[in-house]
Parts: sequence; structure tokens; C-alpha cells
Amino acid sequence: MIGKTISFLIASLVAAPILIILSSWRTPMDDVFLHLVTTGLSDVLRNTLWLVIGAAVGTTFLGVSLAMITTTFEFPGRSFFNWALVLPLAIPTYVLAFIAIALFDVTGPVHSQLRAWGFSGLPGMRSRFGIIFVMTMALYPYVYLLARNGFLSTSKRATEVAQSLGQTSASAFFKVILPMTQPMILSGLMLVVMETLADFGAVSIFNYDTLTTTLYKAWFSMFSLDSAAKFSSLLIVLVFLILWIEKKARQRKRYTSSEKQPHPNPRKILKGASRLCAVAYCFIILLIAFMLPILYLLSETFSTLKQDLDLRYFGFLGRSLALSAMAAILIVLSAWVIGLAGRRGQSLIVRLATLGYALPGTILAVGGIIMVTFLDHTLASLFHWDGLFLTGTLCAMMLGYAARFLTLAHNPIESALHRITPHIEEAARSLGLSSFNILKKIHFPLLKSGVMTGALLVFVDVMKEMPITLMTRPFGWDTLAVKIFQFTAEGEWDRAALPAITLVLFSLVPVILLASERSERRLRVGTPTAVIAASQATFAS
Amino acid sequence: MRFIVTLSILFLAVSPAFAEEITLYSARMEQLITPVFDAYTKSSGVKIKFITDKEGPLLQRLISEGADSPADIFMAVDAGMLWKAAEEKLLKPVSSPILSANIPSHLRDPKDQWFGLSVRARTIVFNTQKVNPSELSTYEALGDAQFQKRLCLRTSKKIYNISLVAMMIADLGMEQTEQVVSSWIKNLAVDVFSDDTQVMKAVSQGICDVGIVNTYYYGRLMAKHPDYPLALFWPNQKDRGAHVNISGAGVTRHTKHTKAAIAFLEWLSSEKVQNLFAEVNFEYPVNPKVKPYAKVAKWGTFKQDMINVGNAGKLQIDAVKLMDRVGYK
Repeated sequence: MIGKTISFLIASLVAAPILIILSSWRTPMDDVFLHLVTTGLSDVLRNTLWLVIGAAVGTTFLGVSLAMITTTFEFPGRSFFNWALVLPLAIPTYVLAFIAIALFDVTGPVHSQLRAWGFSGLPGMRSRFGIIFVMTMALYPYVYLLARNGFLSTSKRATEVAQSLGQTSASAFFKVILPMTQPMILSGLMLVVMETLADFGAVSIFNYDTLTTTLYKAWFSMFSLDSAAKFSSLLIVLVFLILWIEKKARQRKRYTSSEKQPHPNPRKILKGASRLCAVAYCFIILLIAFMLPILYLLSETFSTLKQDLDLRYFGFLGRSLALSAMAAILIVLSAWVIGLAGRRGQSLIVRLATLGYALPGTILAVGGIIMVTFLDHTLASLFHWDGLFLTGTLCAMMLGYAARFLTLAHNPIESALHRITPHIEEAARSLGLSSFNILKKIHFPLLKSGVMTGALLVFVDVMKEMPITLMTRPFGWDTLAVKIFQFTAEGEWDRAALPAITLVLFSLVPVILLASERSERRLRVGTPTAVIAASQATFAS
Repeated sequence: MRFIVTLSILFLAVSPAFAEEITLYSARMEQLITPVFDAYTKSSGVKIKFITDKEGPLLQRLISEGADSPADIFMAVDAGMLWKAAEEKLLKPVSSPILSANIPSHLRDPKDQWFGLSVRARTIVFNTQKVNPSELSTYEALGDAQFQKRLCLRTSKKIYNISLVAMMIADLGMEQTEQVVSSWIKNLAVDVFSDDTQVMKAVSQGICDVGIVNTYYYGRLMAKHPDYPLALFWPNQKDRGAHVNISGAGVTRHTKHTKAAIAFLEWLSSEKVQNLFAEVNFEYPVNPKVKPYAKVAKWGTFKQDMINVGNAGKLQIDAVKLMDRVGYK
């Protein structure tokens, strides 16, 4: 009962910025909203849908195919690619977008050379295809990671059963293993869809009009926060719709394996042409999505290093790391409390609280600031305080981060919690384990992996986060992402390379940890044996 | 309970002010203002605390914080945004004979709520190898048939273009401006770019022959690549003059340090400081008694449009609607 109340409070706090956004419909539509709806909204909607569908298809294809190749086959470099293919996650999407334009658009070196060879008038990067390509390259690691983990945890036995029923190993994969990992692939896909909807940086660089850019235009160019909030709520509705479709797609199937200890499938050694293709495929993707951008950033950094690198960088880096760590801890804790209380079904408030990932950071930041200043003013009038206490502290920041990134921690923790069935708990209790020991010896080991995944995902995303940090940070709290913004806002993309490469290099640590999570470990805990062992240990002590 | 208290202390940043201190919310980026702020602290002892962000979120923060806002000064890089801040009653009218003397009236608020501190022109850039300056005359002429497929522009979403169009509406009226902008779009060589540097690169590479950019982006690019075949042209010299915009500031309505804030603005407008403020960014001084520094002076003198820059704010929404109507992305 206490758990449910706390969970409700936390969920409400996190959902508050979103609720504030939704409340914009209480006021009538102003002329800005009407103007934007009547001029070009259909183009904007079409652009948005194309981008989302394109990114979804692209990342699913890339992520699933790469995961399949690295888990089913053996080829030179496989163990390297297994974790390296997650690395693009360390690069912010807007940085990748900028590099793509700088290198491949009409004013870049590639086109210049092509024109020198006589090929002029070729299409540049700034097109629908271009932005879909960049989004796909930036976001496929979400699908790859989850698909890979899914494939690794399906058992040999399932394949053997399928083969004994007449399937070849290839059709066994497509008819048995792939459907079994569908929920994981879908949750990776959800992350991709939400990030794509929320993105503002990359689409601005491409000058590609989406719902999010319209939102910004309504607010900053046409001064109508109200219209911006209304457009955000359209985003929310869109996401709800997509989530509902996803849920329906998942519902009719059972995914738990009755395996006590699923053995991973042995990998098939590739020879000849297929070996070459596998290596080439993985290498090319890694090259485009990670190596080339890094090389570009490094080359730009060399020229600005002398001018810009100073002792302050330790501060920027330190603050980026500190904020990411704080957010990771807070958000994982919140997700855990919410997950625990919601095991019998998600309440609406919790579902709302996880939608923030689909909303652009700035609008959540505004919601966060409105909430925190409201609390401040209320507290001030209640206690007759002078001035603002919560505003300008880390409160609004953490609230903004929670509203935006809760889903990253909530999803892995929720699925980990699902594995702790009520039966296990009942068995444990009947054997005399106290609640505390149940948490310690059963929940903790089973949740560890989900918690780590959630924490690392939040950490990386907060490192890269820009708009919320910009808007809500206390004085003197400039981070690496803020530094990137300050240079890019002035069009000084070359100077932005230094903070960008620093951010990427330090994000590599959690990304590599993420990539190594559960890569080859077998499921041991959570079996009846473990429960008995745990209770025996308690009695013995 | 203790846990909650400790947690709250962890979250609350309590900073007692010992030296005199003013707080600034700035849309002018950190690398451009720190040298100036440091110089002020050195000469006056007053410390400056600041936060940078785009104008929009800063305005929102000021609105939410209300009367308890710690901000003393709001600094922006566009006149329209300063006008908006005044509209939202976020700025306080300041009567300072020094500021009135140092800043021409078309570059500050008629009601003395905001003041320009440096000037930038949004002007025509052209490829010296493909365009004779005699071909160029006005902003409007860029829409003529001779420039078909020879024009490159930056996106309409950037405030600098919005202000340019807004000022054109103020000068020429809605209908004529709509025709002009529409004719520009017909002359575009490629899709609009997301920043001025890309526009200039396109012009220098021959993708197009003319573009419209802010003078300081030109300065920066030419400093890095002096060999680029680019030059500036001052349009409308025979009529209203070239379009200018300001980087400026105003004192916030709820400041607790009015005198210190005004003193700082006066210092920024003073003769000896004007070039320090402008120099970091290839801008022009706002104080008419100050000569532009060498790097900027070599672009030549020009007549600027003398109507109040605040019109950029008043007509901002109209400008955006106009650009939407003609399909200027």
C-alpha cells in the first residue's frame, strides 16, 4: 500500500511536465496555432511519418540483421563486432547529422571533388532519404542491442525441437527464434521511434520540417508557448497510438521459456564468400556510423585544440559525468519503485510518465520549470520565504531528465521484474524468507542486469542531452553538451568538435559496459533451486 | 527524515553574495562575453554570474520565475527578442543620459527598456569571380530574372532572416515584401541551408553566385579562408540603407541591483569598451563616436536602415506567416 502510494507520487511528479503540456488544450486555439495548422501541416505530418517509418524500418533491418549475424555465425572479428556495433550510441544524433552534412552535402568535400570531375547537380544530403539514413545510423544500436540479447537468451532446445519437426536451421531462426524475440525487438524499436519524434537537433541541421520543428517555431518564432504545447500533445497522442499498436502486436503470444537453463545456440562457422560478406557488412556499418565520425571529429579538434583546450574542460567533463550519474541513480530508483508497484498492470499515470522520451527536451524543460517555480512560489507563500529555493537548483534539471528518460530505466526493469513471478515469491515466503531477504537474494540478482541496462542507458543519454540541461542548469553548471551548443549556436562547428569528441570518448565507457551486459551469461538464478538455496543460506546464518 | 534533509541540502545551491554581483541571462554565447565580463570585474570589482541559452527558453525562464527571478540583465542577439522581452513586461525602463548619448535612437527602445550594444548587418555576399558589383543594387533586386538559380539563402527559421523580413515589412509594406520574398524563392539555386557559413561556402564554390548573410559570419569565414572568392555588398544605399540588427541588453523588471546593472550597460556602451565587445566577433560598435576596428572597417562604410530595430519584434509573427505563405522554408 505504501509502495503503491510512493509509486503514484513519483509517477505523478515525473508525469507532471507532460500533464502541464496536455493542459494547454484548456485554452482555445490561438491564431498562431490556426496559422500553422492551415499552412503546411500536412507536409509536416507527412515528413514526420516518413521519418519515423523510415527510421523504424532501417533500424529494424540493420539491428536485427546485425544481431542475427553476430549471434548465429562465427567469422573473423565476430567477438569484436559483437560489442563494437553498439558504439554509435555514444555519438549524439545532432553531431552525426552535422558530420553527414559537412562531409556529404553540396558544399562538402565529396561533392566538391565530384564537381571537379564533371559531375555537378547531384543531390545533396539534405533530403528525406538523408535524414532517415542519419537517424538509422545513429539509432540502430538500440534495436541491435536488444535483439542481440534476445537471440542470445533463446535456447538451443527451441531450435532442436524445431529442427526435429522438420525445419532447417534457417527457417528455425525465422519461424521460432525471431518471433520469440519479438518483444525485445519491439521495445528497441519503440526507443527508436520515440527518439526520432523528439529529435530537434538533427532535423534542424537538415532543415527538415517535422512536428517537433513546428513546435519550436510556434514557441520561439511566433511566441506562442500555448501552440507549442498543443503540438506536443499531438506528439503524445501519436506516441500513445504507436504504443497501443505495439501492445496489440505483443499480446497474443507467450514468451517465457520453460527452460531451467537455456543453452545458447552454437554458432555456425562461415566459409568463403559468406564469411567475406559478413565481415564486410559489419565493418561497413561500423565505419559509417562510428569510425568515420570519430575521425572527422578528431581532425577538426586538432585545429582548435590549442585555442580552446584549457583547465575548464575538466569542469565541463566532471559536471557532465556527475549529472549523468545522479540522473542514472535517481531515475533507476524511481523506475524500480514504480515497477514494483505496477506489477499487476500499469496505471495510466505511469504510462504517461514514460512518454517523455518522445517529447523534445525543451518542452519538457518548460514543463519542469513551470512545475518547480510553482512549487517554489507555493512553498514561499506557505512559509513566508523570500525568493526562490528550488528553481535554479538541480531539482528542475533532475525532474526534466526523469520526465524525459524514465522509460529507458522503466522498460528493462519492468521486464526483469516480470521474470520474478508471484510463484517464486510465494515459494520463498513459504520457506521462511523475510521480505528483506527476498529482495536481497531473489530480486537483486534477477534485477541486476535490468538495473544496469537502465542505468547505463540513462547515463549515456544524459551525457548527450542538451535542451533540458541548457534551460534548467544552475549557474556555473556548464557541461560538455552545453559547450557544444554554445559553439554550434554561433555556427562554429569546428570548435564544437573538441567538446563533442570528449563527450563521445567518455560515453564510450558506459556504452561498452552496456554492450557487454548479458552478452554470454546464462540464466542461473530464478529457478526453484535458487530459491531453496537462498532460504537455506538464511537459516544457516 | 534526516535522509530527506540531507538530500535537500544536496540539491539546494545556497550561495551567499559577498562581493557585489550581477546576474545575467544571455543569448550571446559564453565565448563572446567572458572576455568582456572579466574585463569589467577587473576594472570595477563587480562579479558577473550568468547563464546562456537561446532567447526563447531564457524568456520562458524569466516569465516562470516572475518577481523572484535572480536575473538583473537580459542580453540577446536579436532586436526582435529584446522587443518581445519588453512586451512581456520583463524589462524595466531605464533613464540614463549616458546610454541615450552613446546609443543612436534607432538602435534602442523608444521606451528605454533595451539598448543595442553592437551592430551587425545582414547584407549581400557575392562570388567575386562570377559577379560584378555593378550587377547588384538592392535586396529586392535579388528576385530579378538575372539572378535566376543564382541565389542561396539560409532557412526562414533563423531569427536573423525573420528580422530581415520584418524590417522589410516595416519599410515596404506587407504586399511588396511578399512579392520580394516570393521572387527570392523562385531564384534559389538549391534548397535553403541551415546556416550562413554553408551559404557562403556554396557561393564560394559556385553553386550559387549571391547570398544574404550576417557580416560577422563573413568575417569569421574569411579569417579562416582568406582565399575564398567572396566579398560583401551593401544594398539599398540609394534608398533606405542596409538592414542592421543588434546584440543588446536590458535591465530586468524585478532586478534587485538596478544601479549596478545600469552601470554595467553604461560601461559596455562607453567608448573604450565598445570595440572590446564587438571585436571578439567581427561586429560594429553601436556608439557613433567609436570607429569600427580595422578588420571590420576594411569592408567599407555603409548607410544603415534608420528605422527602429524594435520593428523586427513587432512584425516578427507577420514575417513568419509571410514566409510560410510564400513557401520559404
